[in-house]
Amino acid sequence: MNKNVLLYAVIIIFGLAAPFVFPAFKVQLSILCVLIVLATTWNIQGGEMGYNTFGNILFYGLGMYLCASVQVGMFFPLAEWTESGGEKTFVHTPTQFFQGMAAGLVVAAVVPTIVAGLIGYAILGLRGHYFAICTLGLGVAAGEISGGIEIIGAGQGFTTPPFPNVGGLEARGEFFYFLSFGALVLTFMAVRAIYSTRFRLILNAIRDNEDKAEAMGIETMKYKIIGWMVSAFFCGLAGGIMGGLVGYIDSTDVAFDGREMGVFMVLMAILGGKGTLWGPVIGATVFHIFKEGFWTFFLGWQYVALGVLIVVIVIYFPEGIMGWLREKYPERFGEVVDEADRKAQVELK
Amino acid sequence: MVFQYPMITVQACLDGILLGILFALIAYGMALQWGVMNIINIAQGDLVILGGYIAYFMYLYGIHPAWGVIVSPIIMYFVGVGIYKLVINKVVDRDLFISILATFGISILFMQLMNFAFGADVVLANSGYGTTFLFDNAVVLPNSKIFSAFVSIVFAICLVIYMKKSKLGRAIRATAQNARAAKILGVDTEKVYAATFGLNAALCGVAGALISITFTIHPYMGLPYTIRSFMIVIVAGLGNLPGVAMSGMGLGVFEEFADYILGTEFRIGSVFLLLVLILVYRRFKLSRKREYLK
Repeated sequence: MNKNVLLYAVIIIFGLAAPFVFPAFKVQLSILCVLIVLATTWNIQGGEMGYNTFGNILFYGLGMYLCASVQVGMFFPLAEWTESGGEKTFVHTPTQFFQGMAAGLVVAAVVPTIVAGLIGYAILGLRGHYFAICTLGLGVAAGEISGGIEIIGAGQGFTTPPFPNVGGLEARGEFFYFLSFGALVLTFMAVRAIYSTRFRLILNAIRDNEDKAEAMGIETMKYKIIGWMVSAFFCGLAGGIMGGLVGYIDSTDVAFDGREMGVFMVLMAILGGKGTLWGPVIGATVFHIFKEGFWTFFLGWQYVALGVLIVVIVIYFPEGIMGWLREKYPERFGEVVDEADRKAQVELK
Repeated sequence: MVFQYPMITVQACLDGILLGILFALIAYGMALQWGVMNIINIAQGDLVILGGYIAYFMYLYGIHPAWGVIVSPIIMYFVGVGIYKLVINKVVDRDLFISILATFGISILFMQLMNFAFGADVVLANSGYGTTFLFDNAVVLPNSKIFSAFVSIVFAICLVIYMKKSKLGRAIRATAQNARAAKILGVDTEKVYAATFGLNAALCGVAGALISITFTIHPYMGLPYTIRSFMIVIVAGLGNLPGVAMSGMGLGVFEEFADYILGTEFRIGSVFLLLVLILVYRRFKLSRKREYLK
């Protein structure tokens, strides 16, 4: 217990100090926080519940569009804003910007949750790869359709309000870093709290054998929908923050980017270890460092590297880092190991 | 619109049916590997596009692109076997999601390699077949579409006969029924799997060559073809060839109408939405019988 408190204290202090210690990496660190949030929320679905989804990108993109639309729409006509494109005719005052951002984030988190609840009953009845492909279809359909809607910029994209200058201070990086770090802390605390209740056991029961869980009297559908709503909530929040951070929303390249972000969240959770609390956090961190390395040194070849990375991780490393650690040091995970049995297994290998 | 402009309706229906036959060919390949290996290949569409680029390259070097229908499947067969040996054989008996994700990785890889190799332009291999006019020039059908539908039907019939009569076809069908029993009775399932994946890729090659003649190809256009073939297979069921053909044509007609009514920018979106709707419909239909999609 003491060790845990120390660990969290170190992480919090590191997180608070990071933008001042590494001022050049503020944006990267903010993106890392968002990625960790996404991986953690995917893990609720894919890792704990066993419903592997490609569709959480739907909530992410929805949150992104909603946050920006609310932030603009509260003070200015939305259609004229998107019409004017890059050249700003409207400027947010600092108060307007922060009020809009706050309201936008609330909407960005709440609406996807409601959407998840509404479509959850229909979609979570599917199983296995039908569910995976269905959610893949949802994500792509959302991208294609939002690319045809005029009021949010259609194909040409949507510029989010620029960060206002408060008394000559350039605090954009810090603001978004602390916002995303706050979202990360909130997500992690919430997920940790959820995982310590009976809810996690129910989700695991659904993953291991849904029919049996239902036969034992668990209303699986109810818990599946709640699980999906929880991940939609944080996905939408992360999307809203990411929209402001990137500063520009495009339907298929930024918001509903199934080819990048939608796969990243799955990959990060698998890399770290599905069905663990810390797995997605570690996986996202490792993945982000890898990815930035690739993006910097193999510019142009990054998607080739990404494709190879997916295949390699999935085939040779499906248990992830946490799974590997667990196999290597089972004692640390509170498992009692019979030495003779272990030796026999090693010999068998 | 259907009754106000009858000619547009006829046009859309004919276009849709000719297009749907092509979809059915791709879907048949997917049904084949799904039934035999229990793998859903997300890279299916990218194999199609790759096959299209082979035909396009022949066109660039002055060979008539229709020969791509012969050359492309031969090359694609070896590409398919190569993919099987490198990746798929490691995921065959694993969790289904693993295979989806692995083929997703292959799909991204192919997409990008094609982007490097052939450029990001939308291209088309011009066959120079001219057009047919029907009903006082009210309905325009490019001959290349008719040609592609004809070739697809020929290939489908050949494949059906091959699956029925040949030794390999029998082995493939036996493996699809029960891989373990087939293994016990002396079928080399590993070889059968490789051949199945190769055949699937070859079918994709044919379809791709035809698509490069009739429509356009682009490195990033693969995923919609995967989704279409997946949709056709789940509507028709595995191993139901007339059903695959019918639902392929139905999908083609649906798409043409969506194109006319909603506008071209919503075409792909409507395909993906239709997939979601079909899956949801099936889920409610099956839940009434207390079964589920497995």
